[in-house]
Amino acid sequence: MHNYLDFEKPISDLEGKIHELKKLKEEDESIDTSDEVGRLEVRAREAMADIYSKLSPWQKTQVARHPQRPHFLDYARQLFEEFTPLAGDRKFAEDEAIQAGLGRFRGEAVAIIGQEKGNDTKSRLKHNFGSARPEGYRKAIRVMEMADRFGLPVITLIDTAGAYPGIGAEERGQAEAIARSTEMCLNIRVPIVSVVLGEGGSGGAIAIATGDRVYMLEHAIYSVISPEGAASILWRDSTRAKEAASNMKITAEDLKGFGIIDGIIPEPVGGAHRDPAAVIGRTGDVIAAAIKELSAKPGDQLRKDRRQRYLNIGRQL
Amino acid sequence: MNWITNYVRPKINSMLGRPDRDVPENLWIKCPETGEMVFHRDLEENKWVIPASGYHMKMPAKARLKDLFDDGVYEALQQPKVAQDPLKFRDSKKYTDRLKESRTKTDLEDTIVAGVGKVRGVKLVAVVHEFSFMAGSLGIAAGEAIIKAFERAIAEKCPLVMFPASGGARMQEGILSLMQLPRTTVAVEMLKEAGLPYIVVLTNPTTGGVTASYAMLGDIHLAEPGAEICFAGKRVIEQTIREKLPEGFQTSEYLLEHGMVDMVVKRHDIPETLARLLKILMKKPAAASVTNGAVAIAAQ
Repeated sequence: MHNYLDFEKPISDLEGKIHELKKLKEEDESIDTSDEVGRLEVRAREAMADIYSKLSPWQKTQVARHPQRPHFLDYARQLFEEFTPLAGDRKFAEDEAIQAGLGRFRGEAVAIIGQEKGNDTKSRLKHNFGSARPEGYRKAIRVMEMADRFGLPVITLIDTAGAYPGIGAEERGQAEAIARSTEMCLNIRVPIVSVVLGEGGSGGAIAIATGDRVYMLEHAIYSVISPEGAASILWRDSTRAKEAASNMKITAEDLKGFGIIDGIIPEPVGGAHRDPAAVIGRTGDVIAAAIKELSAKPGDQLRKDRRQRYLNIGRQL
Repeated sequence: MNWITNYVRPKINSMLGRPDRDVPENLWIKCPETGEMVFHRDLEENKWVIPASGYHMKMPAKARLKDLFDDGVYEALQQPKVAQDPLKFRDSKKYTDRLKESRTKTDLEDTIVAGVGKVRGVKLVAVVHEFSFMAGSLGIAAGEAIIKAFERAIAEKCPLVMFPASGGARMQEGILSLMQLPRTTVAVEMLKEAGLPYIVVLTNPTTGGVTASYAMLGDIHLAEPGAEICFAGKRVIEQTIREKLPEGFQTSEYLLEHGMVDMVVKRHDIPETLARLLKILMKKPAAASVTNGAVAIAAQ
């Protein structure tokens, strides 16, 4: 069963009724509920389409964080053959918040980097809820550097509330690790394509999202600070997150408007978690097209264009 | 000028509606460490370092440039024109009103103050954050000013020295402030590829997105004593891990111990230290007196 979000009440009511009717029919074959079920299903679909066509930024935030939303490993399983994760930063530790490795994407050898949030208590703890420590970023740097040497395009899939704020992370140079990772994104001479799958949380996201092309899923968010964090800093009241989500302009449409992202990947009605295979496939198509276009450029040109892309951001506003 | 004019003039000025921006409102400044009261002129003369305790107060950006460059002479770089308030942002106040207030208070367009001049004979571009302008926060204006400063250093074929003092990214510009991380990183890379040195002098405080970009990408990192330098602030960490943080956490000395800065340098020694390092990196001859000093040390 679905975890319904608070604003999905009309959908959950209708789907609840459908479920009951179907159960009734299972118990007593003589009752014909198919007409009623059909009617309700149409209404549920309409309600879903209606609600999802006008999600507020805060509602999108909830969809982006939905526990059943497909995460990095779901994408890795469907999009990559021979996906082989690599471990460790060769300096201190392995950090499973960031997954990085090699694989084949539609026949082409690639390097893959992204955050994994986990989908149950055990895996969430294992992946630290997708919040990386410096080791995660240093592993990403290692894999990008290797991709550069072997001429492999880099695909980065971003989904993090932010880099982990902890004592160990600070003492081992979280800021430096993020800065160096962003620097590596800007230095490589191979294509780098980034997709924000769910949450693009500030420095922890940009460290691996400084791509030649950057895309966002329709209901993904990308922000300098979480709505809760903004509310607590700017209003000194974290309960005003809803308001902050609107004011901060964090939706895919906002970012497209600012010229920060190159495209929006549509999600199924009701969000990515209602049809993961479809949205993952679509994401793959967008990445494939971008890599094809970028691979035609020589490495030096790619890097020059990438840097210019970032210098240009905000200059035309 | 005598002690009476020292004391009285600002008051008369304010009565006449002529605020003198050079004079702080409080003529006596309290040392945050010892509580000692210091007269503002004594503090200014000592480069905003409390004479008795050695505590490094925040130094105004323009005073920093004047103090850094030989004879206080430098060419100020202009703040490039950029979009104002692209988010049409308001929290408890309109962002445009906050900007206006900061501009009136500081007589600056935004947080970055930059200049080109000579430090002990070494030509360089210096970039300083004025912390009193919206906590030195990094937005489009600061990002663009930093990029232009790096471009100027490349054009002049001279090093760039950065003095960050910042609460991090400017929340009121949302995602556009985050984009200043890769933008400024591009500028750092261009300087490095031109074969020119980039030195960062971390001052109190350097945090968040500024630390996570150009403040941590120097060829050499100096830090002023006791500066707070971090990515995540103490409050955020305490809320996350629910425990008290160790003594001296996230200070310059702590970062030195953890390998993130090369040396902790007192404010009075910064110009000499910069000139010495830059001359070596650029293979320029040492000043005569310094050479003699070095020989003397080597001979000991």
